[in-house]
Amino acid sequence: MKLKLHVWRQNGPDDKGKLETIDAPNVSPDQSFLEMLDDVNQALAIEGKDVIAFDHDCREGICGMCSQVINGVPHGGQDRTTVCQLHMRKFKDGDEIFIEPWKARAFPVIKDLVVDRGGLEKIMQAGGYTSCHTGGVADGNALPIGKPIADYSMDAAECIGCGACVASCPNSSAMLYTSAKVAQLAVLPQGKVEAAQRVKAMTEAATENGFGNCSNHYECQASCPKGIDVKFISKLNREYMKALVK
Amino acid sequence: MILDGKCPTGPIETSWDRHRFESKLVNPANKRKYKILCVGTGLAGGAAAASLGELGYKVDAFCYQDSARRAHSIAAQGGINAAKNYPNDGDSVYRLFYDTIKGGDFRAREADVWRLAQVSNNIIDQCVAQGVPFARDYAGYLDNRSFGGAQVSRTFYARGQTGQQLLLGAYSALSRQVKAGTVTLHERREMLDLVVVDGVARGITCRNMVTGEIESHWGDAVILATGGYVNVFYLSTNAMGCSVTAAWKAARKGAYMANPCYTQIHPTCIPQHGDQQSKLTLMSESLRNDGRCWVPKKEEDCEKPAGEIADEDRDYYLERKYPSFGNLAPRDIASRAAKEQCDDNRGVGPGKRGVYLDYASAIERVGEDTIRERYGNLFEMYEKITDENAYKQPMRIYPAPHYAMGGLWVDYNCMSNVPGLFVLGEANFSVHGANRLGASALMQGLADGYFVIPYTIANYLVTVKPGEVKDDHEAFKQSADAVKADIDKLLSINGTKTPSEFHRELGKIMWENVGMARSDASLKEALKLIPALREEFWKNVKVVGTNEQFNQELENAGRLADFFEFAEILAKDALNREESCGGHFRTEHQTDDGEAMRNDEDFCYVAAWEFKGVGVEPELHKEPLKFDNVKLAVRSYK
Repeated sequence: MKLKLHVWRQNGPDDKGKLETIDAPNVSPDQSFLEMLDDVNQALAIEGKDVIAFDHDCREGICGMCSQVINGVPHGGQDRTTVCQLHMRKFKDGDEIFIEPWKARAFPVIKDLVVDRGGLEKIMQAGGYTSCHTGGVADGNALPIGKPIADYSMDAAECIGCGACVASCPNSSAMLYTSAKVAQLAVLPQGKVEAAQRVKAMTEAATENGFGNCSNHYECQASCPKGIDVKFISKLNREYMKALVK
Repeated sequence: MILDGKCPTGPIETSWDRHRFESKLVNPANKRKYKILCVGTGLAGGAAAASLGELGYKVDAFCYQDSARRAHSIAAQGGINAAKNYPNDGDSVYRLFYDTIKGGDFRAREADVWRLAQVSNNIIDQCVAQGVPFARDYAGYLDNRSFGGAQVSRTFYARGQTGQQLLLGAYSALSRQVKAGTVTLHERREMLDLVVVDGVARGITCRNMVTGEIESHWGDAVILATGGYVNVFYLSTNAMGCSVTAAWKAARKGAYMANPCYTQIHPTCIPQHGDQQSKLTLMSESLRNDGRCWVPKKEEDCEKPAGEIADEDRDYYLERKYPSFGNLAPRDIASRAAKEQCDDNRGVGPGKRGVYLDYASAIERVGEDTIRERYGNLFEMYEKITDENAYKQPMRIYPAPHYAMGGLWVDYNCMSNVPGLFVLGEANFSVHGANRLGASALMQGLADGYFVIPYTIANYLVTVKPGEVKDDHEAFKQSADAVKADIDKLLSINGTKTPSEFHRELGKIMWENVGMARSDASLKEALKLIPALREEFWKNVKVVGTNEQFNQELENAGRLADFFEFAEILAKDALNREESCGGHFRTEHQTDDGEAMRNDEDFCYVAAWEFKGVGVEPELHKEPLKFDNVKLAVRSYK
């Protein structure tokens, strides 16, 4: 396949940035999207040109490092798929593809398609944990947890922290990300104890770090590569209301 | 030199308890005076940094990713072993210990493995307390699944994302310490040197991968938890950023590299699709619980669709060769068996480098819904990559480099031969011997991080004065200057081949000559080809861009330079080890029916290599292995 790429190039957070048109002349349908970019970079490097910077690591769809907006949609719009798991057979010969970084005020661009997602770290550090010590905990089976609850918790825990939810949200809200952690822990007996302070601290940290509010667009759910459900945002809101009256 | 692992003597059942009691303690008020550097934030590093921070030490943690949560532990799918014996099927600490020693083909230290088996139970409790949503049954109790190399069900899991969930547990503990102010995180940093003063590890030099700044960090102890090195094969199941660099920089400063030839080739990976491939994707070994491996009996059937091959024309080779373990034979054995079938021209798929993993009979037995519940995400992943539906036709799988059992040499305290340098998790060599069993890597990472290093590091710390050597010492400047010089050199060559081209070539040499089967001739060939390619690299590599920018080409070139030096030691170790054991298979040493033949008489030792310079013969140090609690036996899974 032959493709025409329009790639966002930006040299640091203060640079204005622009779309650059680059040809991808020899693309195999079995390649992943990132392998296609590898080839493009190989050609650029041989010409002595600056290669396209993009975050990636595991290339198995689990580390959450890859972060590109493809044709306007974070991760390219294939259901429950990260960029690294997007394959070129989903494109047609002659396609033009627009590739941009996550766009959000809270995610300054480092270079080209690489952004700084440090804000998500701050939300976690505000309260995304149970305050148990290493050692000195009860036997794993001491506290039976019903399968439906364990499954619900796991559904929320599948979040890979990539930030697609933020990138797709018109408000750049990190609500889906935050709610996934809040909900995962709030339903478990070991997480319930600190549920109130956790939800307050984490939502506060989201606001402080430049993320917007949720106004129910649900773009986050549509773009989430792990299919995290917006029902967890409802859960977060309920937990938040409960925390306010405490 | 004969190395001493300083393992406790006496009855093994009480060895760890006695060692803990005899270990030194640091007074709570003094802990905050010590600064510990922790490189890598996967299961081992993340758990260590969190636990040490919680104890009151001042911890600086480093990772090359943009978040500690993205370390490659996250990709582990199947599960984590523990000797809980919840299913009441005969498990015990002793059995987990025995299975691990046997699985490792009797090439690991007994005391280390015992400790691992003992603390395995604490790990499950710890993770549950953190809110890790392990799979549970309808009564609310923790569920177990079976895994290769064991006849009991001792593997705990969280769907197909156990590594992710355990890592997020460690990451949440780490995040809690960041908020508490005991841990400082340094993301997007790559360690490029170990600073050693008078033979003692005193800090690291690293590159800020955003700005290119070369930074010096001092610490009273340095912990490396930097994972494994199988990206030396280029195509592997490791993340793209996984490298030997941190470990190799330590080796260049005197730390011994132990058993580098013990590499694990994982049997259930998605076969390669073409030359442009950048990595191989693993699918959990748990798939072998319900899937049956087969190839056509007749070469002429290989091109036919699987559904057209009658059952009697299929060779369920694992069940045939190993009736008692069947499809659950350990990884090294399953991988080699797959290779044998393909070498016999009975492979399937592109290039005939693949075997079938078939779910038809399991779907018939338990239904498609149950299979979806157990492996749904893996089937989805398989479909995304291959465009094939594994519910309707068998998967195609082929072995791929996956894990490094070898690593930096450490004693029982997880300290290397360089005082002050500790090595945890996959980066050390300690517990898996010559082959790791499935679901044991997560166990080791968390054991080392949560339950070993918090005790053992104190034995060292009490011997040093906190902050005795800081980053104003001239050794830090020398180290930074050397790192800068290396970077300048890489950028100045301006040749005609990119780092990734060189990496592919190195990978090909390694896979063909130092891969699943190794011979005297192939290893000698590799030892000719590697130095030649390395010389070409230093004359002809093209690294675009500058140091003072986000520059992935430069990162790759630096990692590759270390792989070149390390690859030679790996091949030398494989040449030295004139036996077949676990993941190391020498074609000269096999039984008539193709099974590995160990040589306990001459090779029952840990081979720890001391780097003496590029192109200089490394020095071999041996640590003899003693087995007082298990009998050395021929490993049989028949």
